[in-house]
Amino acid sequence: MSMKTVFKKTNGLTDNPTHYCPGCTHGVIHRLVGEVLEEMDILEDTIGVASVGCSVLSYEYFNCDMTQAAHGRAPAVATGVKRVLPDRYVFTYQGDGDLASIGISEVIHAAARGEKITVIFVNNAIYGMTGGQMAPTTLIGQKTATTPFGRDESIQGSPIKVCEMLATLDGTAYIERVSAHDVPHIQKAKRAIRKAFEAQKNGLGFSMVEILSTCPTNWGLDPYESLEWVKDNMIPAYPLGVYKNIEGGQ
Amino acid sequence: MGKVLMKGNEVIAEAAVQAGCKYFFGYPITPQSELVAYMARRLPEVGGLFLQAESEIAAINMVYGAAGTGVRVMTSSSSPGFSLKQEGISYLVGSELPAVVVNIVRGGPGLGNIQPAQSDYFQVTKGGGHGDYNIPVLAPASLQEIVELTSEAFDIADRYRTPVILMGDGMLGQMMEPVEFIDGTESELPEKNWATTGTRGDGPRRIITSLELNAKSLETRNEALQKKFARIKENEVRYKTYLTDDADYIMVAFGTVARITMNAINKARQQGLKVGLIRPISLWPFPEKPFLETRDVVKGYISVEMSAGQMVEDVRLAVNGHAEVDFYGRTGGVVPTQEEIYQKILTVTGGITV
Repeated sequence: MSMKTVFKKTNGLTDNPTHYCPGCTHGVIHRLVGEVLEEMDILEDTIGVASVGCSVLSYEYFNCDMTQAAHGRAPAVATGVKRVLPDRYVFTYQGDGDLASIGISEVIHAAARGEKITVIFVNNAIYGMTGGQMAPTTLIGQKTATTPFGRDESIQGSPIKVCEMLATLDGTAYIERVSAHDVPHIQKAKRAIRKAFEAQKNGLGFSMVEILSTCPTNWGLDPYESLEWVKDNMIPAYPLGVYKNIEGGQ
Repeated sequence: MGKVLMKGNEVIAEAAVQAGCKYFFGYPITPQSELVAYMARRLPEVGGLFLQAESEIAAINMVYGAAGTGVRVMTSSSSPGFSLKQEGISYLVGSELPAVVVNIVRGGPGLGNIQPAQSDYFQVTKGGGHGDYNIPVLAPASLQEIVELTSEAFDIADRYRTPVILMGDGMLGQMMEPVEFIDGTESELPEKNWATTGTRGDGPRRIITSLELNAKSLETRNEALQKKFARIKENEVRYKTYLTDDADYIMVAFGTVARITMNAINKARQQGLKVGLIRPISLWPFPEKPFLETRDVVKGYISVEMSAGQMVEDVRLAVNGHAEVDFYGRTGGVVPTQEEIYQKILTVTGGITV
């Protein structure tokens, strides 16, 4: 009996086992990016920029040339790569601590310049790698190692909505927020990632996909509860949808 | 090509372009802004790219990205901005990427002022950023020397896969002198098969990183870096001496101050005082040889600096107790005068004609 392959690992990822915690959606998001790069047949023309945080080792997982950036600086590093190699695809893969806190300046200015790069922004509302401290995206009332009584708006301020903010800049071409908490949303997330890379392909400007993600370890929830928490708590705070699409209008 | 009258900052920029630097990421800060402005005009003429970054931190990280593709790339700044670049410089060293970083030094600490100084000596020669490392530092004393050293800075960067610092005081950046650009011959440089340009069917994928989570592996990596630094120490020492053969006392100075010190030496010589000069051109590696050759025959050394006394520590290490080491320095952007240095010579030597 001949066997027919109906599913296989994407060639967009290496064979290295990932280090991510059980129930973390980084693995899913990696696969989506890898699949898009493979399906667009651009793996050999792509240079990825890894960030600092849980995804610091993503250069071990994406099957393309990769550069490791300092904390928050990935959009500046990507700018340097893309400006030298304008016909290659350049993407950054950043968490919320990296992008929305220490690296907020770099991402805002890369977007303002209309850098033709794609930013994959993984938002799990907490610092994962350093052990569950408050991120700029931590929800009001959310308990973390550094907001043990819950994030208090009067003390720690309010969460930064990165998509909404960057969509106001003229240099952005495609901005969408998606979620990785269930299969239909994961499929939507993949379409968004593809659109973002296509915006880069068409030279339209800066593109970013924000993906709401889980952190069971630091949230203190099991993997299933974490997915529910994204749906019940994160999506209301971070509405999903297309925030900018210069082809399709806003 | 004949001589042209140019400003120091612009000479660095033109020399970099002629050395094949096509990419520049910078941020304005006095007294080096002319370099940035020159690149903005000049690089498009040679099919290159100038980009004004949003900060010094972004600029050095753009350099990091560009350097990773294998091109010749540069950034420049002045002291407070150079401090901000230290993070990126440490990453360039850790990831072994070639780039040239210019520091046109001004008075500090803090915001200081915009007058010339040499008070970043420790920062450029002793690491500066985090981790165990050294970077080649070249310190020209004239605009003509800038032409030569800028080109050499790029060659050293490529040869060793390291950032190289070109350090001048604000005086050098702002002064004008006639310079001649000479068509250099391209050096034989190693192939950049490590560059991340997209694999394009060209072998396995490449990774640029300074992360090494395993302590033993990182130690191995550090040991390899240290071996590289030792090779640089062996091969890239640069200095000049002036009237040291018969000297009883030797002045030590670099950059602008070395020129003023030479004038003071000339005056002292007219009085019969046997005084010479060692002028370090590479601040790291620090030139030890001229000290080893003279330290047992001279009575002493006088380090003259636009700082509170930084290079003097390297002088003391090189002299290693074999002779007296004295120091004269001005801070805050004050440039020592020829007369002040001459008076220091008189004080140290006792003004005795020997």
